[in-house]
Amino acid sequence: MPLIAFTNARLLDPASQHDETGTLVAEGGKITAFGAGVAAPEGAQIVDCAGLCLAPGLVDMRVAVGEPGEEQRETILSASRSAAAGGITAFAMLPNTTPVIDGIAGLEFVARRAREAKLVKIFAYGAVTQGAAGRDLAEMGLLAEAGAIGFTDGTNAIGDALTMRRALSYARAFGKVIVQHPEEPSLAAGGQMNEGEISTRLGLSGISRAAEIIMLERDLRLVELTGGRYHAAHLSTAEGVELIRDAKSAGLPVTCDVAPPYFALSEIDIGDYRTFAKLSPPLRTDDDRRALIAGIADGTIDAIASDHAPQDQDAKRVPFAAAAPGVVGLETLLPIALELYHKGAIGLLDLLARMTFAPAKILGLPLGQLKVDAAADLVIFDLDRPWVINADAFRSKSKNSPFDKRPVAGAVVMTVVDGRIVHQS
Amino acid sequence: MNAPSAPNDEASLPDGLVWNRRHMLGIEGWSAAEITAVLDLSDRYVEQNRRADKRSTELRGRTIMNLFFEDSTRTRTSFELAGKRLGADVLNMSVGSSSVKKGESLLDTAMTLNAMRPDFLVVRHAQSGAPKLLADKVNCSVLNAGDGTHEHPTQALLDALSIRRRKGRLEGLTVAICGDILHSRVARSNIHLLGTMGAHVRVVGPPTLIPSSIDRMGVEVFTDLDEGLKDADIVMMLRLQSERMNGKFVPSPREYFRFHGLTSERLKVAKPDALIMHPGPMNRGVEIDSEVADDIGRSLILDQVEFGVAVRMACLRLLASTQKQSN
Repeated sequence: MPLIAFTNARLLDPASQHDETGTLVAEGGKITAFGAGVAAPEGAQIVDCAGLCLAPGLVDMRVAVGEPGEEQRETILSASRSAAAGGITAFAMLPNTTPVIDGIAGLEFVARRAREAKLVKIFAYGAVTQGAAGRDLAEMGLLAEAGAIGFTDGTNAIGDALTMRRALSYARAFGKVIVQHPEEPSLAAGGQMNEGEISTRLGLSGISRAAEIIMLERDLRLVELTGGRYHAAHLSTAEGVELIRDAKSAGLPVTCDVAPPYFALSEIDIGDYRTFAKLSPPLRTDDDRRALIAGIADGTIDAIASDHAPQDQDAKRVPFAAAAPGVVGLETLLPIALELYHKGAIGLLDLLARMTFAPAKILGLPLGQLKVDAAADLVIFDLDRPWVINADAFRSKSKNSPFDKRPVAGAVVMTVVDGRIVHQS
Repeated sequence: MNAPSAPNDEASLPDGLVWNRRHMLGIEGWSAAEITAVLDLSDRYVEQNRRADKRSTELRGRTIMNLFFEDSTRTRTSFELAGKRLGADVLNMSVGSSSVKKGESLLDTAMTLNAMRPDFLVVRHAQSGAPKLLADKVNCSVLNAGDGTHEHPTQALLDALSIRRRKGRLEGLTVAICGDILHSRVARSNIHLLGTMGAHVRVVGPPTLIPSSIDRMGVEVFTDLDEGLKDADIVMMLRLQSERMNGKFVPSPREYFRFHGLTSERLKVAKPDALIMHPGPMNRGVEIDSEVADDIGRSLILDQVEFGVAVRMACLRLLASTQKQSN
């Protein structure tokens, strides 16, 4: 059995709030021992971490891949490489492929491709509705049996209230979460960016913040009604954070995530029609941005997900209104999130929890922890190393990053999956 | 009247005018001095255009490509005449029959045309920001002839010239821009220009056609036409597109005319010498009554068309001066 020891590492385990320098030993793909007093066993491959951080590999709960159907944007292999380079050891893939993953054949295809890529762990959501079209329920039971990690229509909102009610009820039987893109479709239709002074100046049709707020308010009522588990993806508004905070204190089974662009950028970054800053939901105001950071810090926001949305040049080098929304994010998740730590907004362990243990828990995965007998999925990173993001160097097939040329601090040095080094820089 | 001191072929502009922009994408961010430079030069071209021989040679040898992705007879013709009167070669690209219909992207089309070395691309496009996208890639000057609901800079300049020639000034005037503000690039360019020149700008329209936070652009917002017109010096009516009239933004043309149509009766609350403008084409009986539109003493509508050519000549001439500097 392969035996590997990571010595002289700052061992960080968010789940147990463990932070000490020591050694972690993995054998046969599992963690066998870790801590200050642990010595590297004889015969082990030694990786001297030289005091760098060693944490559970990141778990990214929201990733779009172009395979099957739009392989020019991203394949499962290129997404795997990109994830490994970003310190992500497991990700959950949205079902918005062509065809939509609304049946077991789609899940099996993803599983096979992931096995062939053999880099990081790839899980897939099943669609809530057939074709992710928001009308008739997909075969959620069969999908759950075949390994669907949860259910979502991905980039589409479940707009119909009755459909959402039934989805929440039905998914309960299988213990799965429903992940919503919380945006009222009729209010968002045709919108290009946040509605306000800047959209008026640029002559772009706006999406009111009310589109998110109304959808969350409605969904939370339905959660109350059904008791179904609900997860709101990529929050963008201050009121959204507030609604989730209240729902949690009322004891509802509700969680949420945010993606780095929403807490690192605002609508101002659209500037003169920068299509790389076009997202769905749109970037909001600076007040919203600050409220999201507060939500991450106080735990209202459970998870930070990359919301990786690869788009090729043809989809972005067009007028703003014609451009596809989305940002590639696998390789910038950690450094952009670390900005929050470096600015003093949140402690390191709590920040890491949002990208490891917490999303794993939402998805019911036994990942994201340093624990004996747990999978040796690890990221080793230099907390302070300064570097400049260079989109051209991304492993992702797509380069649509609003963070290109941004100076950051914190770099992935090594990524380990099941005790095997899958990335090293 | 003497012929204007002929602007010549040299790179230097007449009378020490200063110009530094390579493109004209929008009025936002322009200084009062820049706006005044265009208007002053336009005045000279108004005179040139009234002569029997309307041609000069200032842009001899230059090539202007009119690239209109949206139909427009008026603006395209105006740019075409402007170019020809300055001695340039003008090409009208008919987009309907071009490769754009075959799926070629906007940028590819522009790069192809750019390779033929035009000096100016005059671009109209249905999407906001399209001229900016082109300006970042091509090495000629890009003139925005209207992009989506963003800006229409030459329209605002010709409106300003029409007002200035009749009123003698822009500063201190109260201008009411009325109608479909939400979808109007003309309104946005005029708000930037008139505000910069010290006019008091009002926007007037039904609430569904007033864009979010427009007050942050320094205008006063009215949803009642009578209040909005009170003591106005200039009443600028906007066109309401038919597809917006039938229940989408307003219930019907009839209802719109009842509350937002300009009639001579309504106009009584404005200043007695208030002037009426419209960027055309007009919907008579929807946003404006024929009696008002055709009142020679009050309507600037034909002045706007006439001065449009002069303003576009001035814009081309000013941009040409920076091309020489950069070559």
